[in-house]
Amino acid sequence: MKVAVCIKHVPEGSLKLDPGSKRLVRSGEGALNQSDANAVEEALRLKGDSDTEVVVVSMGPEKAADSLRKALAMGADRAVLVTDDALAGSDLLATSKVLARVLEREGADLVLFGQQASDGDGAVLWAAVAERLRRPVVSQAAELTIADTTVHVKRQTEFGYDIIETALPAVVAVSDAINEPRYPSLKGIMGAKKKPSETVSLADLGLDAGEVGEAGSQTEVLALGSPPARGDARKLEGDANAAQAIVDYLAEKRLI
Amino acid sequence: MVPGILVFLEHHGSELQKGSLGVLAKAAQLGDGDVAAVLVGANVKALAAEAGTYGATKVHVAEDASLEPPLPQARVDVLAKVVREGGYDTVLFANSVLAADVAAGLAARLDAGLNWDLSDVALQDGALVGKRPALQDSVLADVGWKSEPRLALFRSGSFDATPAGGGEPSVEEVAVELEEHSRGAKVVDQQLEESSGPSIEDADIIVAGGRGLGSPDKFTLAEELARSLGGAVGATRAVVDAGWYPYATQIGQTGKTVSPKLYVALGISGAIQHKVGMQSSNVIVAINKDANAPIFEFSDLGVVGDLHEIVPKLIELLNQRKA
Repeated sequence: MKVAVCIKHVPEGSLKLDPGSKRLVRSGEGALNQSDANAVEEALRLKGDSDTEVVVVSMGPEKAADSLRKALAMGADRAVLVTDDALAGSDLLATSKVLARVLEREGADLVLFGQQASDGDGAVLWAAVAERLRRPVVSQAAELTIADTTVHVKRQTEFGYDIIETALPAVVAVSDAINEPRYPSLKGIMGAKKKPSETVSLADLGLDAGEVGEAGSQTEVLALGSPPARGDARKLEGDANAAQAIVDYLAEKRLI
Repeated sequence: MVPGILVFLEHHGSELQKGSLGVLAKAAQLGDGDVAAVLVGANVKALAAEAGTYGATKVHVAEDASLEPPLPQARVDVLAKVVREGGYDTVLFANSVLAADVAAGLAARLDAGLNWDLSDVALQDGALVGKRPALQDSVLADVGWKSEPRLALFRSGSFDATPAGGGEPSVEEVAVELEEHSRGAKVVDQQLEESSGPSIEDADIIVAGGRGLGSPDKFTLAEELARSLGGAVGATRAVVDAGWYPYATQIGQTGKTVSPKLYVALGISGAIQHKVGMQSSNVIVAINKDANAPIFEFSDLGVVGDLHEIVPKLIELLNQRKA
């Protein structure tokens, strides 16, 4: 079996927007998106001692190689980085196009995603990628098992759990409750450098600059502003009659 | 006005979800009273009339036993057909585990732009502009679409679900042949958590507990206070992960997003993971013994003190008031 895990290299520390491009500043230090570490861990757990191949895939700047190397250090077998200047500013549509193309090339039986990107708060990409691949998709997987070629997922929803089955090939987005990602061991870190790592360009994927990046996106950021502040906030400290003060406040706001 | 708005209505059992009704009510305003909705599932036709009271003038109904499981891809098939045949230029969704996957799948199917995590939408100089909080809500971005159809996914609780008092909508049945990949996933079992008391997404008042309660049995404090206020009980991810309270009550990034009239936070520090799930509450009251807890930065009334002393007293006072 072959499992592909899509990961994102996200900026570390406090995030900043570039006022000109209105894009997130990605030139500083970055790290493997935390939720994606859950997806890598799940792929490694499925692999166990078997001959399953775990391929980690990322689209991003050249520095995204750092996050791919971390996934290799955790135990993934191979890394593919799609990087190209023309990719900057890609929205959901453009990103899903590129990932679908590289995943088609890999032909993995199972494609895994983490549940959310910590930088842009995106939590929808897998469904767009699955649609482009024309494969079944299951998100919010709290448990994942594979028997023969059938995927069993316990999906968390607002109402409880759905037990879902689907045949491979499939796309699954795991919840961050599914596992505790391992830390790379020293041996893993040393070994990561020797593992196969490939960088592909748009041309390698048969894509045109006009189909990706801002040109290939159908959404845009028009302006950046400040959110409205909360009104007359009050704070009570060391008030012996705090309970009464709360009751008075709720009555004043006509909440009781 | 914006012509051709379509709203995806989500239901659970025989109940339309408040979030999608809120989006429908907002769409009715934007559409100047002309807005369509889509219902997908088994036995959903009966819900069309209710959609009418929230402003839908037309409801597309795709009703089939095969559409009952809450899976996204069959819904993409239905929406793609309705959008193409009805010529809709705008499709709106209220965020949920299901709706997010439907929206993104539809975006890829129609090659349409999707703006997500929106807290509002407005007409500016005749163009539709979405409002998207970003960077832990320190920034509010105006976002737009470069082509049609425009797809938008709203944070739940962005709009009040207020009936507009509309009439009976016209109902159009949609017959859809599902794509092969949309028939792949099957729901083989469901473990629905029936929470006692009102569901937290529909509650006007929520009392939520965090680590500061100290131990699982102290959740009775939150439950009693909720009872006195006529509200529901919520929890942070930390306490749900620790097994103190069921996942169905989890509020935050990986749980539910709520926007009640009153949110009472007991022993909750206010980490960003929790904040994004409750910050659109009308009034936030926080009790926490740590004066530096982040929750005080976005509370309307912050009380620094020991909740184990304050809450029992508060319950007593509230019960006296009611008596």
